[in-house]
Amino acid sequence: MSDIQDIVGELDALTDENAEQYLTFVLAGEEYAIDILRVQEIKGWDKVTTLPRTPDYLQGVINLRGTIVPIVDLRKRFNLPEIDYGPTTVVIVLKVFGEEHDRIMGIIVDAVSDVHNLKYDSIRPAPEIKGHVDNRFVNGLTTINNKMVVLMDIDALMNSAEMDEVEQPAA
Amino acid sequence: MSIDLSQFKQTFLEESDEGLDVLESGLLALDSGTADDEVIHAVFRAAHSIKGGAGTFSLTEIASFTHVMETLLDEMRDGRRAISKEAINVLLNSVDVLRELLDAARDDVSPEMGRVNEVQAKLEAVLNAGNDQATEAQQDAESEQKEPESDGWVIKFHPHEHMLRTGNDTVRMFKELAALGDLENQVDLSGLPEFEHMDPELSYLSWTVHLKNNEQQGPIDKAVIEEIFEWVEDDCDLTIEPLISQADDTSTSERLDSPQAAETQTAADNVTPITVESDSQTVLSKEPAAGVQPPSRTQQSVGAQQKPASRKKKVTETGSIRVGTDKIDSLINMVGELVITQSMLSQMGEDFSMEKIEDLREGLAQLERNTRELQESVMRIRMLPISFSFQRFPRLVHDLSQKMNKKIELKMLGEQTELDKTVMEKIGDPLVHLVRNSLDHGIEDPQTRLAAGKSETGTITLNAYHQGGFIIIEISDDGAGLPRDKLLNKAIEKGLVTEQDNLPDEKIYDLIFHPGFSTADQVSDISGRGVGMDVVRKNIKELGGNVDVSTEEGKGTTFTIRLPLTLAILDGQLVKVGNETYIIPLVSIIESLEIETDNINTIAGTTEVYKMRDEYIPLVRLYEVFDVQPGTHRLQDCLLVVVEGDGGKAGILVDDLLSQQQVVIKSLETNYKRIQGVSGATILGDGTVALILDMSGLLTLAREIQPAQNYNNQTYANG
Repeated sequence: MSDIQDIVGELDALTDENAEQYLTFVLAGEEYAIDILRVQEIKGWDKVTTLPRTPDYLQGVINLRGTIVPIVDLRKRFNLPEIDYGPTTVVIVLKVFGEEHDRIMGIIVDAVSDVHNLKYDSIRPAPEIKGHVDNRFVNGLTTINNKMVVLMDIDALMNSAEMDEVEQPAA
Repeated sequence: MSIDLSQFKQTFLEESDEGLDVLESGLLALDSGTADDEVIHAVFRAAHSIKGGAGTFSLTEIASFTHVMETLLDEMRDGRRAISKEAINVLLNSVDVLRELLDAARDDVSPEMGRVNEVQAKLEAVLNAGNDQATEAQQDAESEQKEPESDGWVIKFHPHEHMLRTGNDTVRMFKELAALGDLENQVDLSGLPEFEHMDPELSYLSWTVHLKNNEQQGPIDKAVIEEIFEWVEDDCDLTIEPLISQADDTSTSERLDSPQAAETQTAADNVTPITVESDSQTVLSKEPAAGVQPPSRTQQSVGAQQKPASRKKKVTETGSIRVGTDKIDSLINMVGELVITQSMLSQMGEDFSMEKIEDLREGLAQLERNTRELQESVMRIRMLPISFSFQRFPRLVHDLSQKMNKKIELKMLGEQTELDKTVMEKIGDPLVHLVRNSLDHGIEDPQTRLAAGKSETGTITLNAYHQGGFIIIEISDDGAGLPRDKLLNKAIEKGLVTEQDNLPDEKIYDLIFHPGFSTADQVSDISGRGVGMDVVRKNIKELGGNVDVSTEEGKGTTFTIRLPLTLAILDGQLVKVGNETYIIPLVSIIESLEIETDNINTIAGTTEVYKMRDEYIPLVRLYEVFDVQPGTHRLQDCLLVVVEGDGGKAGILVDDLLSQQQVVIKSLETNYKRIQGVSGATILGDGTVALILDMSGLLTLAREIQPAQNYNNQTYANG
């Protein structure tokens, strides 16, 4: 029964103007959510071409049907312990809105998990977080299936000053 | 019925931009006296179209401003006014003002009216302070002022046969007229053919309309009437004259002398009164057509002037992004061939056996040929004649030479030389800078020129031509040339060189591209602040080109710009370093050689140089600069690619040379950002991404890094 209620609840949210769909993914055992409208595609991990003299977390660039797309390893980005890329490792290709122009970028995550409808009123502001994930990159927190999910601000993350530091020699 | 006009506004603005270019170039041609009647007609038409369009989009500032311009141009066109330098200058100023107004309209902001009013006042001053020929026009203007005081208007409207085909409806126009005042309308049926010869799509009738001011609505403005006929004025003979109520029926009109008017009169017998419904009034015509025609001196048949104009319009228009059909046709041909080759290959693949290997090879060769041709055709579509870039210079030279009291003739050669659109967009500013420089520093003032035994008028020549895969643009002047000693002294003064340096002349002249270097005694607002030439060189280098200067004191200076035809494709040498593949542009490679370890020397234990024949060139270890794992540390196994970049030659150490191929350049900046030493990326045959190296950036990077590195190169050198 509760399953049906869940589905009905989700359907409500689907038609609700005050809700949006989010894609959740797993990174080091924690769940994060991003606006699904920003997700262009999800693809398996493949070899990248490394870019010289760029930050460590910028894994490299890939050829996405003729477009050169930079790929960021989110574990490295948040200074989380590195793991070997496995069968669930995926690249989420995202549209990032920038000040000058929009960009296509990819993030490497441990695994994608689900798509959820989130009502705006279910989103709580994040407390001051100190740790791997900076407060600047968090839009809020919410609860899905009794589990906390971090709503990530993709634009802030991908446009953050650290991304722009690459012009200075990394050494 | 209301139409959303906003969607056409963009088109209007684009057309107006083109119109402004026509205006400008036409006015300049008039100024130099090389113009014929065609030019003044084209100029008038351009102004007229802008006025008409502006009116349609309720851009009243533009419409009223252009109206004044048009009046002046109209007088010039009719020969009622001599084309004076003063008038041309004011008109050129007006073009600038119009451009500002249009820009304001584009951004939907209210325009800066101060300058507009100032220039408009100047225009009106020119209009009024005319020579004798202009007095007539003045009266015209005055009578226009008085005209609303007349009782109404007599409109003679004779549509050309084809007017209806342009989608104009006479009934609509009469309805609009009737809304303005009391309308009496007479139709002339004399043009009507026999019924069996009648074409329903043609217009055979002509009308004489008496439009009287009615009491509720007051006097009718002539402009309002003109607006109604705005769309058809090219397709009809139209006269609008004030109606004088006491007009004598027998008054002899000048127009009667014209055969057309006579015709109208003889046709008067055929005139049938017709009615036009408007609101609640039905007005019947009472008087015969030709009788009330008051004498008209200043008004001319608008239609007669417009007719030749509209025909020529198509010739003078230039498109912003237009591709010749021949280019498209050849493209379609190639796609056709490609499809044939593809089907041949796929057929072969269905039952392939080793006997067919020769056929397969042939098919693949054909495929390669097709692909290359297709690629070239597509590239050609992006090519535009350089005249797009050159067209701004006549104005620039005209304005600046007046400002500086110099006499300068501008020659442009090779305007049809084609160039990639992106390159064209980026080369504009450097070109302007170089031309300004030639004007300011190159060409001397007339007195100096005469004293030097040269003709008073200086010449600046712009020349463009193709050479190999490059386009060469030359900007030359026959001015004073660069002062070698002055340059050298300045350089010594600035500490760029020492007196002991025995610089060859080319190197001295090259100093002008050094940042902060200006030899102008006096800084003007045109050039001479010493910023610029270095920027010019930098911009051109960014396009993968180069700029050089050659000069002879007293004879002149020539700047030669060399640019690749396109930024989209380059010939590259694939090289391998460890697991990475990089692409070195073929143009920057001088040679590739195997390393002889004996030829490696070090300076201060860090900087490595390689002795190549008589030269020592710095050695760049690519794996170090880019921090990747090299495949080998044994120098004997490595290859040295000798390249030329910004600031001389260098040897780049790579593991292996792979193939040479054309690569399509993809920007890294689209989704990421610029990386020093890398000009872009490309996608290789296997779908992986390879980086294209930027030699100048790479060598700069290597110079920055190398002193910081502290390794013992001897271990490597000895393997």
